[in-house]
Amino acid sequence: MAIIERPDTATVPAVVTPSQAFGVIKRPVASSGWREWLFTVDHKKIGIMYGAVALFFFIVGGVEALLIRLQLAAPDGRILSADQYNQMFTMHGTTMVFLFGMPMAAAFANYFLPLQIGARDVAFPRLNALSLWLLVVGGLILNASWFLGGAADGGWFMYAPNSGPVFSPSNGVDYWVLGLQVAGLASLIGSINLIVTVLNMRAPGMTLMKMPIFTWMILVVQFLLVFSLPVITVALVLLMFQRSYGATFFDVSQGADPLLWQHLFWIFGHPEVYVLILPAFGIISEVLPTFSRKPLFGYPFVVFSGAAIGLVGFGVWAHHMFASGLGPVSVAVFSIATMAIAIPTGVKVFNWLLTMWGGKIWYTTAMKFAIGLVTLFTIGGLSGVTHSVAPSDTQQTDTYYIVAHFHYVLFGGMVFGLFSGFYYWWPKVFGKMLNEKLGSWNFWLMVIGMNMTFGPMHILGLQGQPRRMYVWTEARAGEGFFNLGFWNLIASIGSFILAAGVLFFLINIVHTAKKGKVAPADPWDARTLEWITTNPPKPHNFDRIPVVHHLDEFFHRKYAEDTATHTMKRYATAEEVIKAEEDAADAHIHLPSPSYWPLVLALGIGVLCMGVVYGVPVMVVGAAILVFSVFGWVLEPSTADDSEIDPPSVDGSTKEIAPIG
Amino acid sequence: MAETATHSADHAADHGHSSTGISNNKLAMWLFLGSECLLFGGLISTYMLYRGRVSDGPHPEQIFDIPFTSVSSFVLLMSSLSMVLAVTSAQRKDYSRTNLWLLVTAILGATFVGGQIYEFTAFYREGLGFSTSLFSSSFYTLTGFHGVHVTVGVIMLLSTVGILKKNRATGDKAESVEIVGLYWHFVDVVWIIIFTLVYLIPA
Repeated sequence: MAIIERPDTATVPAVVTPSQAFGVIKRPVASSGWREWLFTVDHKKIGIMYGAVALFFFIVGGVEALLIRLQLAAPDGRILSADQYNQMFTMHGTTMVFLFGMPMAAAFANYFLPLQIGARDVAFPRLNALSLWLLVVGGLILNASWFLGGAADGGWFMYAPNSGPVFSPSNGVDYWVLGLQVAGLASLIGSINLIVTVLNMRAPGMTLMKMPIFTWMILVVQFLLVFSLPVITVALVLLMFQRSYGATFFDVSQGADPLLWQHLFWIFGHPEVYVLILPAFGIISEVLPTFSRKPLFGYPFVVFSGAAIGLVGFGVWAHHMFASGLGPVSVAVFSIATMAIAIPTGVKVFNWLLTMWGGKIWYTTAMKFAIGLVTLFTIGGLSGVTHSVAPSDTQQTDTYYIVAHFHYVLFGGMVFGLFSGFYYWWPKVFGKMLNEKLGSWNFWLMVIGMNMTFGPMHILGLQGQPRRMYVWTEARAGEGFFNLGFWNLIASIGSFILAAGVLFFLINIVHTAKKGKVAPADPWDARTLEWITTNPPKPHNFDRIPVVHHLDEFFHRKYAEDTATHTMKRYATAEEVIKAEEDAADAHIHLPSPSYWPLVLALGIGVLCMGVVYGVPVMVVGAAILVFSVFGWVLEPSTADDSEIDPPSVDGSTKEIAPIG
Repeated sequence: MAETATHSADHAADHGHSSTGISNNKLAMWLFLGSECLLFGGLISTYMLYRGRVSDGPHPEQIFDIPFTSVSSFVLLMSSLSMVLAVTSAQRKDYSRTNLWLLVTAILGATFVGGQIYEFTAFYREGLGFSTSLFSSSFYTLTGFHGVHVTVGVIMLLSTVGILKKNRATGDKAESVEIVGLYWHFVDVVWIIIFTLVYLIPA
């Protein structure tokens, strides 16, 4: 990566002279090849890597889901043993939540948040790289268990006493506990980083209420993470001490209270639900206005309803535990709080509908996915309200009705939102347009497949098919319309249609990479700051830090009100707006320099964790790497000194305008 | 995270610009401490739930040595005073005195950790092992976590002394000291809560 960008001069030096003046070992200097990616601290490259990792785990989790559906397609399924089935649904849930949902949102956040607020990078670029590598290490630890004696098998919420050594004798739960701690650390560091970035590094003029809505939703999510992750960390630490060091925190026979785990888990777990869905809400709140050619209806309401969802989201955790005998007062309180959270969510849905109302709607694939989210999420939201009614929930707990509900909100909601984001921002990230025809196949197969898979689960659940049942028998399947066999078969067929839809997306990626259409500067006539730069953006994002005067700043640079007709009229093209910024480029921009330390530190933490399973010597090695890399990190300035990088600038200017490094 | 937050002083502090007026490093430390509140909240809740469940092991009242722990608590609280003096010295750019007070803080902190190790050893001899009862497990987990935090704080203090002495600090020195101070005061405040809830209020 070129470390200094000087748009004035024709040649950007590719080779950087390393320095030993600071730091323990030389800085990485490669500006091409794999090293460029491995040691980068550029938020855009980190964002792309986050996306690649998340997409990989999406496929892994998807294959696990297909195996589950194959097992249940016919009576007396023999694809998986009971034990393998337990591992499969546990890892499917864990993978989709922690290794796909959160990282994919982090991919979007990493890439677009600095661009949307007019910054050149995040507040702590090296910590950003550390978050990515910790996520990778966490994902590897979690999935290594498949090859080291079996994966975790207690369900994604790992209730006690199922998580104890009696019912889970393999090391699967140990790897699960360690992997989630590492992934949690990654998210915690990432969330602090992004909050500081949003609060401190906005372009001049961008007040909080002029921030793009996606950035707002990501900000809310990061606050949720900062305050919920430590709680699951406590739960995981307690479980680790129980399994590895002889404590009895969740051992009922020793007088422990198994509800402790449930409380700790869901105090994290319910905010986590909003951590997954709010980024998708943010994405479609960008997509719907753009393709309706109208501003977002009621921007402040969308902002504050998002914040309200975040706030109330901390007070509803026990609705996951209605069947555990909490007592009538607790149940009533959490029941009402849960109903209340439907209000800000409903506000959002109406805002989206009214954004589209009267707009000139442009049915691109991104728009289709966004409309899909509004529709499918609303269905899932309504079945969610039925869970808030405690007597009804008692009937539905641990049935397929629950599975139907959360797949409507998470697949119909989160996944559709993320896919909307793929199609909307692909030209921004890669400079090429995803194919709309393949996109249409992708969308329609996913809609049909998703409804065929999860729609029948409502019926199955109300008929009493338990969640996590590994096999069903013809004798007890019932008759007529409510025959379990029929609906299970439909759901299994649907899951393969769904997979075909995802396959079309993968084909689309390859197709676009090989012969995709080069994206114009502003393919969608977009509204926000990330489009005031080239596709893909330069390493330093903006030649000049844009000065913001409006919400939807980019739109207002292209359009102004025609006083005669009182309509918005286009005065400038996107190319002209970008050209104006380039002409006023900053002279001398410093970017943070690449570093080995984030990767080394993440590896150290990984080795340290493996020590819990493999004994103290491994732990000591990990701790040594950790200490070494922390001090290496500290003693290395985040930006290489000017004199070390290349000859002094031609005009002798030492002016630094970049807000970072 | 504790280490990285203190030592990332090099990131942005040397640039005055920030929308809130608080530097990136300080804001990050505040957020981290906010997160830590929930971490200790979870551990303290666990202890409060389990402190009466002693199985066959000793009861809390039987083993706690309140006078001893009061003294070590006093030592830890005094370290907050010396930390404040270190910060004000750094703000006056009196770095020799800053180093002195940082060292005093580190020594007081280390004394507290030493006291905790002595206390744990004594408890262990009296039959309170880590896995003796739910009370013992949650007690050692909570106070152990706090002790690790103090230890990390001592390492941070000593590292700050080293960095200041070798003049390797990048960015605002006074602020680096202040950020370490934020962490240190937080750890002290947590101890006040733990000392009150665990030692002083009977189960």
